[in-house]
Order: sequence, then C-alpha cells, then structure tokens
Amino acid sequence: MNKFSAISDWVLLFAFAAAVYSMPIWLEPLGADYPDLMQRFAIFGLFAIGYNILFGLTGYLSFGHAAFLGIGSYTAVWSFKLLTMNVVPAIMFSMLVTALFAVVIGFISLRRSGIYFSILTLAFAQMSYKLAYSVLTPITNGETGLQLTLSDARVLDAAAGIEVTRSLPVTNFFGIKMSGMPGFYFCATVLVIGFFISLRIFRSPFGAMLRGIKSNQTRMAYTGLNTKPYLLWAFIISGMYAGVAGGLMAVTDPLAGAERMQWTASGEVVLMTILGGVGTLLGPFIGAAVIKYFENILSAYNTTSLTQVFDFVPEALQPIVVDVVSLFVGSGWHLTLGLMFMITVIFLPGGIMEGVRRIGSIFSRKKPTAAITSTPSASENASGA
Amino acid sequence: MENTVLHVADVHKSFAGLHALSDIDLSVREGETHAIIGPNGAGKSTLLNVCIGRLKPDSGHVVFDGENLTGKQPHEINQLGVVRVFQTPEIFPELSLLENVMIPILAKRDGSFKLRWFRRFSSEKTARIEAEHLLSDLGMETLIRTDAGSLSRGDKRRLELAMGLAQKPRLLLLDEPTAGMARHDTNATIELLKRIKAGGMTKVIIEHDMHVVFSLADRISVLAGGRIICQGTPEEVKNDPRVKEAYLGEEQV
Amino acid sequence: MDAIFLQVLNGLDKGGAYALIALGLTLVFGTLGVVNFAHGALFMLGAFCAVSVQKVLTISTKVRDESITFFEAYKEVPILEAKFPVVGGFIVDYSVPFSILLAIPFMLLVGLVMERGLIRHFYKRPHADQILVTFGLAIVIQEIVKHYFGASPIPQTAPDIVSGSANIGALVGLGDNVIYPWWRLIYLGFSLSIIGAVFAFLQFTTFGMVVRAGMQDREMVGLLGIDIQRRFTIVFGLAAVVAGLAGVMYTPIYPPDYNLGMDFLVLSFVVVVVGGMGSLGGAVLAGFLLGLVQSFASMTEVKSIIPGMDQIIIYLVAVIVLLVRPRGLMGRKGVMED
Ligand SMILES: Nc1ncnc2c1ncn2[C@@H]1O[C@H](COP(=O)(O)OP(=O)(O)OP(=O)(O)O)[C@@H](O)[C@H]1O
Ligand SMILES: [Mg+2]
Repeated sequence: MNKFSAISDWVLLFAFAAAVYSMPIWLEPLGADYPDLMQRFAIFGLFAIGYNILFGLTGYLSFGHAAFLGIGSYTAVWSFKLLTMNVVPAIMFSMLVTALFAVVIGFISLRRSGIYFSILTLAFAQMSYKLAYSVLTPITNGETGLQLTLSDARVLDAAAGIEVTRSLPVTNFFGIKMSGMPGFYFCATVLVIGFFISLRIFRSPFGAMLRGIKSNQTRMAYTGLNTKPYLLWAFIISGMYAGVAGGLMAVTDPLAGAERMQWTASGEVVLMTILGGVGTLLGPFIGAAVIKYFENILSAYNTTSLTQVFDFVPEALQPIVVDVVSLFVGSGWHLTLGLMFMITVIFLPGGIMEGVRRIGSIFSRKKPTAAITSTPSASENASGA
Repeated sequence: MENTVLHVADVHKSFAGLHALSDIDLSVREGETHAIIGPNGAGKSTLLNVCIGRLKPDSGHVVFDGENLTGKQPHEINQLGVVRVFQTPEIFPELSLLENVMIPILAKRDGSFKLRWFRRFSSEKTARIEAEHLLSDLGMETLIRTDAGSLSRGDKRRLELAMGLAQKPRLLLLDEPTAGMARHDTNATIELLKRIKAGGMTKVIIEHDMHVVFSLADRISVLAGGRIICQGTPEEVKNDPRVKEAYLGEEQV
Repeated sequence: MDAIFLQVLNGLDKGGAYALIALGLTLVFGTLGVVNFAHGALFMLGAFCAVSVQKVLTISTKVRDESITFFEAYKEVPILEAKFPVVGGFIVDYSVPFSILLAIPFMLLVGLVMERGLIRHFYKRPHADQILVTFGLAIVIQEIVKHYFGASPIPQTAPDIVSGSANIGALVGLGDNVIYPWWRLIYLGFSLSIIGAVFAFLQFTTFGMVVRAGMQDREMVGLLGIDIQRRFTIVFGLAAVVAGLAGVMYTPIYPPDYNLGMDFLVLSFVVVVVGGMGSLGGAVLAGFLLGLVQSFASMTEVKSIIPGMDQIIIYLVAVIVLLVRPRGLMGRKGVMED
C-alpha cells in the first residue's frame, strides 16, 4: 500500500504537469488559450498553492499574504534594474527577500493564534502597503509603480556586453524572451515545481505535524512538539511561494505597484483557496484558475456587448435584463466573485474539490468502497477540508 | 525501589479564591503505580495539570528526576518523559488513528522540532509498525485508517492511552483512563495497565473505580478539598478512618 | 499649545468614528460570537443613505436665473427649493441630519435581514468561516453600491450655519487663532451621545441586562429559558443602526465612496482587537486612544523625525498591544483564543 501511494503521487504530479503544459491546447475551446491569461493561471495558482500550505495545513488564516506578493514583485524589478534582465536571479532574489520578511512578520504574528493572528498579519500588510505609497517611494516609486528605465545600471548585463538600444529591454531566460508563450512555459515550470514541493510537504512528517496543529494545537504541545517552529516554517514557505508568484508577475510584466499589496488582494488568495478546496492539493490551483478565468470572461462585458447578447429578449424588457446582468459582469464582476465566495462558504465549505468528491461518491456508491480509501484523493480527504 | 522520580513540593494553586490545591506534598517512587483518589472536585486533575505545565502553581514546585518542571513549556516536560493521558480525550479528530499514534512516536524519536518535509510520512517504517502493534494491542487494528473523530468515547480514550504509551514515557500520568468505557473494555484496559506495570514504568493514576485502584496501585494518596489527607499502601488507606469519612464512606452509602 | 489642543480635538474626532464602528463590531462579537467583516459595509451603507437622501431632495429643475439680466439665463435649482423657497431650501440644506430619519429604519431592516438570513446560520461555524462569509457579503454590498452610485466619492455638505469653523480658541481661552470646523465638533458630540445612549441602554434596561449577561456567559442565559435568539437579532440590528448613523454623520467630513467601508473595517477591527474582543469599554477606549495617537503622529514635528509614522502608527500600536497584552486592553480571558 505504501509503495502504491508513492507511485500514485508521481502519477498525480505527472498528470498535473501534463495538464498545465497542455493548457494552450485544451483551453482553446474555452477561448482562454492566450499567453497572458495562462500566465495568470500559473502565477495565481502558485500563490494559492503556497497559501494553502499555511491556511490549509495549519488553519492559520493570514490576511497579509499580498504583502509578500508585492515584495516579490519589487525585488524582481530591482533585480532587472540593477543586475540583469535574466529572470533566474530575479526569482531567486524574490524568494530570498520575501523569506526574510516572512521570518520577521511570521515570528511576531505567530505569537498569537485565531483572529488575533489574522489581525496581526493584516496590520503588517497594511503597514507595508502604506509605507510603499509614502516614505518608501524611493524604492517603490509610489503611485506610479516601479518601472524599468533606459538608464538602469544592469551591471551584469553591461559586463556581459549586452547593451540597451532605444527601447526598453525585455526579461529573458538566458536569452529566451519571457513574453508570450515562452513566458507562460516558464511560469508553468515554476508552478509544477511548486506543486511538487507542496505535494512532498503534504505527504511528509512535517505536513502531518502541521495537520496535527490544525486539528488540536494544545495536544501537540503535550505530545512534546514545539509548535512554534513548525508554524513559522509553514509561514515562511508560504510567504516564499507568494514572493515567487510576485516575482513571476514582474517577469511577465516588469512593473510593480503597491496596489498588489492591498489587503483585498490577500482576500483574493483566501478566496481562491476556499473556492478550490482548503487543505487539498489541487484545490487552490483550480480555485485560482476558475477565478481568473471568470474574471477574464465576465469583466470583458459592457452594456453594448450585453445588449447584443440579450438581443432575443423582447424590446421592452431588454434594458431591465441588461441592467440586472450588468450588475454581475464588467466592472461589477467583483459582485459575482463575492457571491461565489459566499455560496461556497455557506453550501460547500470544502470547495470545488469537495463538490467533485460528493459527485464522485454518488457514482461509486454502487461499487464496494474498500478500494477507494487507498487512492491519493482519499488520503487527501484526510488532510482536512 | 526507594528513589523518588517525581516530587511535588508544597504546591498551592487557587482559582479566583477557590483553593484547588493546598500544601500538596507528594513523592512518587521509581517503578511504582501511584493512585490518586478523592471525591469529585478534590483537585486531582488540577494536580496533574500542574505536573505537565498546563497550569502554573501559585507557589511550590514540581521536580522530576532532578529537573524542576515549574515554568517549563509543556513540550519540554513531555520531552523529559512525562506524559499525560487526559480525562476528556485529547486526540487529533481529523487525523487517522495511525497518524494519531505515529505523531507521538515521531515526537519522541525526533525531538520537539524537526523539519522533515521531503520524506514520506508513510515510509517511516519503524514508527508505523510500532503504531500498528500498539493499536492492535488495544484491539483497534481494524480502525487504523479511520478518522479519530468518528470513534466512540470509549475508543477515543483507548486511542489516547495508545498515544501516551507510544512515547514509552518514564512517567505516565493517567486521568481516569477507564471512565466512559464499556465494562469489557475497562477490563481489557486494566489488563493492559497491569502488563505495563510489569514492565516497570512509573505511573500516577487517578481513578474512581476502587476495583481498578486496588488491583493496580502500589501506593495511594487520598485527596479531598485540595489537601492530601492520607497516603499509604492500599491496605493502610482502606482502613484509615479519615478516608472512610471523606470518600469511601460516601460510596458505601 | 494651540497645536496640541487642535490635535487632541482632531484625535477625539477620529476616535469618535472609530469607537462607534468598533462598538457595534464588538457588541456583535460579544453577544452573538460572530466576527462580522461586513460591519464596515454597514457604515458605508449609512453614508449612502445620506447620499440618496440628498440625491432625492436635490432632483433639480431649470429656472430662470434672475441675477443675469441682459440675456435669458437658466440655472438648476432643486425642485423643492423652487416650489417652496423657504421650507424647501431649509430641508435641502439640512439633508444630512434629515438622512438620519431614513437611516434608522433602513439600517435596522438591513441588520435584521442580515442576521436572520445569514449570520444566524454561522453561530456555530468556526470564526474563519464567519470572517470569510461576511467578507464575501461585504464585497457584494459594496459592488451593488458601486453599480448604482459610481466609483467616485460623492461630497456631501453640512448645513450652512455649521459649515464654517468655530473659534473655539476664544471659547476655551486660548486666543483667537484656534479654529475648528463646526461639523467636526458636532460629530464628536454626536458620537459621544450615541456611545452614551448605547451604554445606558445596556446598563439600565432589562433587555440590556440580559444582553450583558449573554456577553458574560451565553450558555447560562440560554439555560435560564430566556429567548436569547430574538434578542441577538435585535442586538445585531442595533449594531447596524449605530454603524449606519456613524456613516451618515461622517459624510460631510469625508466624501463617501463604495470603498469607504473596507477602509474603516480594517481600522475598526484593529480598534476592537486593541480594546479586547468582546469588550465594549475596551472598544470605546481603544477607539479614542488610536484616534489620538494617529492624530499626533500626523503632526509635522513627528513626521519630520520618523517619516511615514502617520501612515502606520495605528497598525504599529496594534501589533505592540497584541504582543504585550495578548487580550487587548480590556479583553477577557479565553475570548477568541483559537
Ligand atoms: N481552570 C479552572 N478555573 C477555575 N476553577 C477550576 C479550574 N480547573 C478546576 N477548577 C476547580 O478546581 C476544583 C478542582 O478541580 P479538579 O478538576 O482538579 O477536580 P477533580 O478532582 O479532577 O474532579 P473530578 O473527579 O470531577 O475529575 C474544582 O472545584 C474545579 O471547579
Ligand atoms: Mg478530574
């Protein structure tokens, strides 16, 4: 059985990678096969997968992870400005710098649990956001956002003899330009690595300890475990994921703004995780992709395009229908998001993964259930909803 | 047989004016099974809570094997080998029975923190085999994959006993281990405790069931109103008039 | 001296708003045990009551502009004012205070519907679920407002006689150069009286007594056979009204937009946590305290020493309080620990 589940994890990883890399093919019928959107799937998927390591495994609800996203972005853009347009150092720096911040913020915030923890993380994120807009303007370039300029030093590039022509340089992976599809494949690769690490953590003794903390933290202490370092590591790791995701945002579009750090952005990653399924392996990625997909579709509508869509409706009713529907689409798409969120929390706290499982169990009820308990998805159930 | 492993010295503890423990002096000797009995609300659980660091005594201290336990973190006390089985079952309800027992085993083996994020939990072979043995010892081998939260109350208590035993503690503190168990489970548990007793593990056991007490204990302390009113062998305690008055008397009525 | 006096006023003023919002938040938490992330949205809804009232009152018509004589000019004048110059003009001028009349029943209704329809089903759910579902609700409310009122702030005016500034320097003997906007003084007085009213209500009525007992020990009150459920619904409605009124009165100070609630939510949560979850006195104390602290941190003297201090001071105080006094200033043991 042990062997079997190890193998099934590899199958899962392989299937995940295949699904991610083949996105350009299977997203085509959905009209979502363009690089910009697929990059976002990968980036936010990574963000949510990392967030889930903290929230899903330990139950600690952080409202400050957007700060790490922002820090990752700023770091990457600075790496482009000062060192090189190569994305590898940028991502590395994003990860390291975010880790440093996560150590400090995590160490302090984790002295409290429950809602106090949430408020502490929120306070830190708000401080970062406010400072990025005000006194840290030399580093963040305030409201304009941090951008590349022609006069940037780029010492490594300069040393390698790469000169800047009249237009701004583009990010590259050892010469391959990171825009369009190559950019997507780069993000996809980072995502798959991130998924692999998350898979290992979920299955590891470390992951088991984190789930123990979520289940009964006091008991963990009486079992001889010091829960603080476990929690801190989970916090740091998930912060690093957010940092890398922020770095990837800068890779695909070398611009970093403070709005990325706003607390509503933290709310969004919570939402992705919940919608997909907290504490499941695949859920957060699915949640992120679903949200970004609907955001993309729904926010594209405006009154004119709606009027076309509802052409079939009788003339007199048309304005009413269009008005009601326009509440939910276009710039009102956040309303749909909020509703989706509420419906998930109310009716399906386990998220999409839970829904899939319930549907699955309807079909499998006819068969004997013994075989099912050993599949990876079942051991995933045990990891909590 | 004579060396003291646990020494509770002059411990006081009060909750908002209520003296839950006063003047407690207690010595537990290596290898013995020491029972603490007393009426409801006598302070028995409070005494154990003080020993494992869940409560801080107002004054006095608890010494285990030369180490002062007062002021130590719960996990540090556990790592010294003092393990507690709670009165209301404290388990990990969302985890499987196997995981419930493996976590204490790993805590004992790896210490209070170890970042093992790349290994597979399920390939911790020795720990798993040990956990499976223990669970089947307690007659729960068929349940190892179920979530602990779905167990009956009696089974939860047995699981918690397994979690305590899994750490091979030097001192095991049991708070009414058989309460809430069906009769035959109680008997099985007593048998198990007797077997452990033969292994020489030091135990402090709180128990209401006199049948259990007298069949297990080497020595007994009687607690009433937060004070130890009598201490001695089962025979001595049985015949002590103060005990009859404070405790046994009630029961016989 | 003058500057300090002004900062104190400023701080009390801000603190009044914080305290009002935090009061409802902590009341709901203390009695119902629910963490309501939609509470800021209630404040915002109150503000938009004022906006709507003003909108309705100022539906305009074109009339001839008499001041221009050499050609026919027209100007927009509220119908009310055109039809009934004296009374109409008065009503339009006082649209913000009049909004209170609308806001009380409206917010009560919103509160009752929210409690019956949603909150009630989350009493027993984990705090994280409560946070999440009310966070979703907050988004929904604010998007609806955005749809109908647009995204940009809508300025509101205070009645003419109090739209200027008071020469309070003269009043308190500090000389003539200490002036402070009338409306802000009114806001301070208003928040103090609402706080006083809420406390009096809880202190001197039997209803209030039961609610306070419920905050101490929910199960026990339930066991006494008191229908605590109905009272909880009313408490929630009350909290909604308080938040809404705070919002109405705040509009002349700060032009409301749909996002106003979120800004205040974060702040008021910080206030509640600093005060101690579930402690009414704590919420009021922390509200004024944080208002004062923030106001002093934005003095130029302070900013020149520690730049950016005004931006982060509240959060910094929150972090420090939570680390030094885990349960906030006046929190009770065991509330919201896990
Ligand atoms: N955390 C606490 N706060 C306040 N009082 C407490 C606390 N824990 C225990 N007490 C009180 O201290 C006294 C002793 O309680 P304790 O649980 O130790 O009794 P016990 O001997 O274990 O009783 P039982 O046989 O019912 O388990 C009781 O009166 C109890 O109400
Ligand atoms: Mg007890």
